[in-house]
Amino acid sequence: MTNVIETRGLVKRYGDLTAVDHVDITVPQGTFFGLLGPNGAGKTTTLEMIEGIREPDEGDVRLFGEKVWPRNRAVLPRIGVQLQASAFFERLSVEEQLRCFADLYAVDHKQIDRMIEMVGLQEKRKTRTEDLSGGQKQRLSIACSLIHDPEVVFLDEPTAALDPQARRNLWDVLRAINDEGRTVVLTTHYMDEAEILCDQIAIIDRGQILTTDTPRNLITGLGSAYRILVSEGVLSDQEAAALPGVDSASLSDGTLAITTHTPSPVLAALAERDALQGLQVTGATLEDVFLTLTGREYRA
Amino acid sequence: MTSFWALTRAQWFGFWRDKQNWFWLLAFPLMFLVLFGFLFRDAGASKSSLTQIGSVAIIDQLPAEAKAQFDNLFEVTKTDDAAAALEEVRKGDVDGAVEQKGNEVILHYSQADQVKAATVRGTLGAFVDGANVAMSGQPPTFTLKAEAAEDDSLKPIQFIAPGLLGWAVAMGATFNAAMPFVTWRTNKLLRRLRLAPMRTESLVSSRLLVSIAVAMIQMGVFLAVGVGLFDLKLTGSWWMAIPLLLCATIAFMAIGLIAGAISKTAEAASGIANVIILPMAFLSGSFIPLDQAPSWLQTIAKFLPLGQLNEGLLDSLVRGEGPGAALMPMVYLLGFAVVFGLIAARLFRWED
Repeated sequence: MTNVIETRGLVKRYGDLTAVDHVDITVPQGTFFGLLGPNGAGKTTTLEMIEGIREPDEGDVRLFGEKVWPRNRAVLPRIGVQLQASAFFERLSVEEQLRCFADLYAVDHKQIDRMIEMVGLQEKRKTRTEDLSGGQKQRLSIACSLIHDPEVVFLDEPTAALDPQARRNLWDVLRAINDEGRTVVLTTHYMDEAEILCDQIAIIDRGQILTTDTPRNLITGLGSAYRILVSEGVLSDQEAAALPGVDSASLSDGTLAITTHTPSPVLAALAERDALQGLQVTGATLEDVFLTLTGREYRA
Repeated sequence: MTSFWALTRAQWFGFWRDKQNWFWLLAFPLMFLVLFGFLFRDAGASKSSLTQIGSVAIIDQLPAEAKAQFDNLFEVTKTDDAAAALEEVRKGDVDGAVEQKGNEVILHYSQADQVKAATVRGTLGAFVDGANVAMSGQPPTFTLKAEAAEDDSLKPIQFIAPGLLGWAVAMGATFNAAMPFVTWRTNKLLRRLRLAPMRTESLVSSRLLVSIAVAMIQMGVFLAVGVGLFDLKLTGSWWMAIPLLLCATIAFMAIGLIAGAISKTAEAASGIANVIILPMAFLSGSFIPLDQAPSWLQTIAKFLPLGQLNEGLLDSLVRGEGPGAALMPMVYLLGFAVVFGLIAARLFRWED
């Protein structure tokens, strides 16, 4: 697989602050790549340097093997960048915004209808952008960034400030984009979003990449225990503690909590005792990985 | 070229659909045109008002030709009440009262308005002198024939309309350049456009085309209202106003781009544009004609782009000058556009 994005030793400083500190990122073609980090970690600055709209102080960015700074008009038609949901012309309808961007990229006007359908704005095509809801604007800005059928799509916190329905709605759109074979790069500080959407996740904090891997490997690599919750009364905590593979068992608020590193034999034993009613299993999440790596201290 | 037309189209709709634009750039200057048009409608043909007490032979017995001339200059009301007539003069209701006692023609005037008084004294004196000469039976040796340098039709509207049009176009081009670029920097549209494979020139030139279209609409409406409502008479090569306004639009767009580049918000850009354009409009004779202004002010006006524009518009639209008269202002405006355009290019920013 060819690498679409390659950065080496990317550095950006703002005065005394090193916002991006020697970042190396490699993104193979077709990957859904997530850049995950707390606010102010350097996600956006990194993304902007890759897109070619911010000049790195040090290091090198290659998109399709080409330089992106200064403004490289050969690369631009091959990338799609979704910006803030306000980056529209004033007083233009959904259809007219898309038409303008279609013409800027000299693509067929058929794309306008395709895009409107893809982001589900058929009902709003004659509506001016000022009158759209936040989620609709977000979807339109994604449509504007995809109109020219780019090979790589960059999305900077696309679901920030969206309600839960709109978020899930947008996830479907993003997954569809990736399923078409496009490389997608996403920044987010939502763990669930990164876990559900991404093939590869780079966790970034204080301008440095802490680790890069698949969500699954990151979570299992943590080696943390599973918690199995069963209703009280099926078996006592002493009985539960004696089951094979159980690390500990405790009773609280009418629920028996079992901790284990090997859930399979424990679940089998519970099934034998017909104790699966109302059973819950929780494993480590990306959030645990994240907090383990970045620490738990509060940051403003 | 597709980028250019796409951007022109998008920006034109954005402009066209905003009613505020049309108010500030068209209705607002037109309000001034209508206001000044009505205020100064008859100013050019102002007569002196004169009350005649009893019979005044020198006026009553004027030959027909001289009588017609006299009536052109004086609005005469006749009365027999001398006291009331004098009271009117004191109050300033009439410019003078005249009576004749034997061979003595007596003019009563008020010292409160020296200018009017002098006008009445001088004019009436000329008629008395004329009567004396006529009485002597000798043909006059010298005659004075006074003629206005301008066309007879040079009413105030002829000065008002070009000046206000110049101001409207200057305002339009400046705001039209300053506001969108600030707004687009704030809402990141500029960044989005920068990520599209278009040329920067397409962006600036499409904005210019929109501004030129606005200037042409302003000119059309101004001249239509002036001619239709206020008897504005276009002379000679009035069409030279078109290339002149074109050059002016480029020059003021450069000013607007600078105002936009140094402002962080649209409000600030609008403030800076106002601070530049409004005083310039006064100094350039858009609201008050500069003919009677002190010479230092006229010199300043020569160096202001709006002063040059107004001078060119006056020459082409109403002074009956040939097409060449607009050339110097055009050259000046283009030169101004080049210098300030380069400054604007240096200051231009894609983002904050």
